Amino acid sequence: MENFQYILPEIFISVSIMIFLLVGVFKKNSATLIYNLSNISLVILLALIINLSSLDTIYLFNESYLIDNLSNYMKIILVGSGIFVMLTGSKYIQVINLNKIEYPILILSSILGMMIMISSNDLIVFYMGLELQSLALYVLASFNRDNLLSTESGLKYFVLSALSSGLLLYGCSLTYGFSESTNFDQILINSTEFNYGTTFGIVFILVGLAFKISAVPFHMWAPDVYQGSPTSVTLFFAILPKIAALSVFIKFLYTPFANMNDQWQTIIVFISIASMIFGAVAAIGQKNLKRLIAYSSISHMGYALAGLATVSNQGIQSSITYISIYLVMNLAFFSCLFMLKRNDKYYENIDDLSGLSKKHPILSFSLLIVLFSLAGIPPLAGFFAKFYVFLAVVEQSMYFLAIVGLLATVVAAFYYLRIIKIIYFDPEKDGYETSHNFGLKITLAISTIFILAYFIYPSGITEIVSKITMI
Amino acid sequence: MNFPILSSLILLPTIGALFILFTKSSSGKYQSAKYVSLFISLANFLLSIYLWYIFDKNSVDFQFVENREWLSGFINYKVGIDGISILFIILTTFITPICIISVNATITNRLKDFLIAILIMETFMIGVFCSLDLVVFYLFFEAGLIPMFLIIGIWGGERRVYSAFKFFLYTLLGSVLMLVAIISIYWITGTTDVEKLYELGIKAEYQNLLWLAFFSSFAVKTPMWPVHTWLPDAHVEAPTVGSVLLAAILLKMAGYGFIRFSIGLFPIASENFTMLVYILSLIAIIYTSLVALMQEDMKKLIAYSSVAHMGFVTLGIFTMTQQGIEGSIFQMISHGLVSAALFLSVGVVYERHHTRLINKYGGLVSIMPRYAIVFMVFTLGALGLPGTTGFIGEFLILMGAFEKNILVAMIASLGVILGAAYMLWLFKRVVFGEMNNQELKSMKDLKTFEIITLSALVVPILFFGFYPEPLMNSIETSVENTLNMYNFDLINNLAAKD
Repeated sequence: MENFQYILPEIFISVSIMIFLLVGVFKKNSATLIYNLSNISLVILLALIINLSSLDTIYLFNESYLIDNLSNYMKIILVGSGIFVMLTGSKYIQVINLNKIEYPILILSSILGMMIMISSNDLIVFYMGLELQSLALYVLASFNRDNLLSTESGLKYFVLSALSSGLLLYGCSLTYGFSESTNFDQILINSTEFNYGTTFGIVFILVGLAFKISAVPFHMWAPDVYQGSPTSVTLFFAILPKIAALSVFIKFLYTPFANMNDQWQTIIVFISIASMIFGAVAAIGQKNLKRLIAYSSISHMGYALAGLATVSNQGIQSSITYISIYLVMNLAFFSCLFMLKRNDKYYENIDDLSGLSKKHPILSFSLLIVLFSLAGIPPLAGFFAKFYVFLAVVEQSMYFLAIVGLLATVVAAFYYLRIIKIIYFDPEKDGYETSHNFGLKITLAISTIFILAYFIYPSGITEIVSKITMI
Repeated sequence: MNFPILSSLILLPTIGALFILFTKSSSGKYQSAKYVSLFISLANFLLSIYLWYIFDKNSVDFQFVENREWLSGFINYKVGIDGISILFIILTTFITPICIISVNATITNRLKDFLIAILIMETFMIGVFCSLDLVVFYLFFEAGLIPMFLIIGIWGGERRVYSAFKFFLYTLLGSVLMLVAIISIYWITGTTDVEKLYELGIKAEYQNLLWLAFFSSFAVKTPMWPVHTWLPDAHVEAPTVGSVLLAAILLKMAGYGFIRFSIGLFPIASENFTMLVYILSLIAIIYTSLVALMQEDMKKLIAYSSVAHMGFVTLGIFTMTQQGIEGSIFQMISHGLVSAALFLSVGVVYERHHTRLINKYGGLVSIMPRYAIVFMVFTLGALGLPGTTGFIGEFLILMGAFEKNILVAMIASLGVILGAAYMLWLFKRVVFGEMNNQELKSMKDLKTFEIITLSALVVPILFFGFYPEPLMNSIETSVENTLNMYNFDLINNLAAKD
């Protein structure tokens, strides 16, 4: 029983979900209440996780569940960004008539699934968490069920994700078959000798994970799902599943398959380079901001994976730093997107930004900062994210990866500049509403200041992340 | 630790920019914003003059060094100056108030944003010349792209979008390789602190590639042939003040980088690649001078002449002689003053007549005599007449070049003649000749603020042209030190080979 105190956060969130469901069933018109309660429960959840984070590595439930520095940090940024996602989206879902009780509950269950994924130390536990988050995500993607694009994206995501889950499961079974265990540490011990079975297992598992993180060549779902889903769900998609998938990536590569890095390193390098280049090139022609940010996130995942390809603690830490800064930039970008509202209609095309700077100087300035940061121009936070990654990549003398990655940033800079050009250089259009809810404003303010002022004290995140060592 | 004078120099303009952010416009005139920015930039200028005054010219060490922990465990925020950087800092702080005074005429919309952009730009430019850490240097070097992109893009001419993109992407492409090189240096030597790197030295086997990576960045920024094509576009489309900043200071970052990093850190590679730099510089001098002859747009002509002048600078630096490097630095300062003045002069007539085409002008001397005089001084400065700063720079560079390679020096001397040709021809067509265009008759002579800005530039051009001692004095020890280290490294390397 003593194990239970360590999974208090997970228990708390499960119980909350059930209570909210009951409240939703028995109390009429309780959608807003549940939305707010869910947000409060996320804050409590964050406090519970932070409370546990001072502990050392703890194995639970027959070593199938693991709480360590990595899982704690990832859970903190996961739940933290979850709170901001809820804050920014609250007005949006009311305006487009999606304020139903299921919405916050689905988000909470998805977060629960991700927490289980992050902490899992066993193939079966991992798969359970993965499916819990995916099921919630399928529904969320098609949540705007009267909208053709939304239903299409939900269906597309479901079919493709099911396929990738199948591949992943096949990989898991191969791994189990050849290493005689589902426990990550046991797999590591049992798989000292090279055999094709485990190699195939690795490949299939990596394919499944690459799908979840939307890395090339398993990215096809991302643009459609990003565009079709309600914007608040897109924001969710852009951040939280990526955090979870990246930490699972780290976990798989550096625990069960740590001995076989010569097998998977090439795969990760390839995926990383392909994502960086494809994301940069494909985004150039986009007209829809959500679609564009989908391609941009593909290329950002390429950089995060480049850190993992190095097989070094430095690389893992740089990836984690990268995803931390990436999520702040996305929060800021989507906050700006939520502000493009006029007469209860949200605008999401690039052309809608035309001449924004004349009527909305502060919003435009925030977008300017975010876009330059996404492009990785110093002295903004996005530059440091890339800097850490390339610091790790060059340390391992992987010059090809570094140079390709940096050249891809130049290509990517082009489409970020194009948006800035439209905001600042083009003739102005009708203005947008200027009154926004507090949550949205505070999120934009915090994230923009974070990006802008990151250079003053850049070692903050690095110091926390440097505790995470896998090798 | 003493008062952090360099950090104050860097931060003061940004603080001023924050102040301007909160000023209100009275009937769209932004008077208070103008005064705040002028006050801040003048204060910064005085501070830098004071810095020059207390600066010890005979010391070979970096002075006013500040070293703070920044990226924990990796990189420190380190700034400091020697005799070379101080001149560039003063050039920056001197040009900025002139820009701010000239803003009056050229910028009509979003004045407040423009002033903020200029002040932020000043922060980054001073930062570049102060930084003693490669990463800090890169940070400032790249950050300058953001305000400059906006200055060209928002306040520029018709093809501003194309020019702004070209400027940004060219420079970014050049510098990403430098970033890889900086990171490699960190892993090879364990530090990016410039002073420590000077002591440690970098192994000969790595130097060539690292040198090329740095070169790719500096060559774009200088700009050297064949990657100079962004410069004419950027200059033509940028507003007058933007062109002034670009020509006077941004281009000097690369020349400064060559002296501080290429020669300082990679002496062996610099020796290997000397011929490459010579050839590219000569092509720049001759080819772009010829191109400048054929230009019909005044700004474009001056832009091409900038490329040619920067060709002299790179040539002088890589002669690796005391005269050559001193001449290059002098030429950079001189070009900073002269090109700023020329762009302002073009701005004066552009503002009145709204065209930059040379053949639309003629005979200005009869209606704008004062303008004709100052414009003549700047023209003569640009072509390097004795008595102006331009002469001393070119003369020293050619002296250095003759010492090393007579053929190179002879070809480069041709550039001086070509320079005289295109500048005098420009002057003749604009100021002298028949006044065919009746509209020109209504043009007024210089206004007060134009007299202030232009004569502020005439004074140093003539003063240092006749009496270069104060500038030379300040750079002499530092250049000597740079060359000593350079030769020491080369001899060591030869000894190691034997």
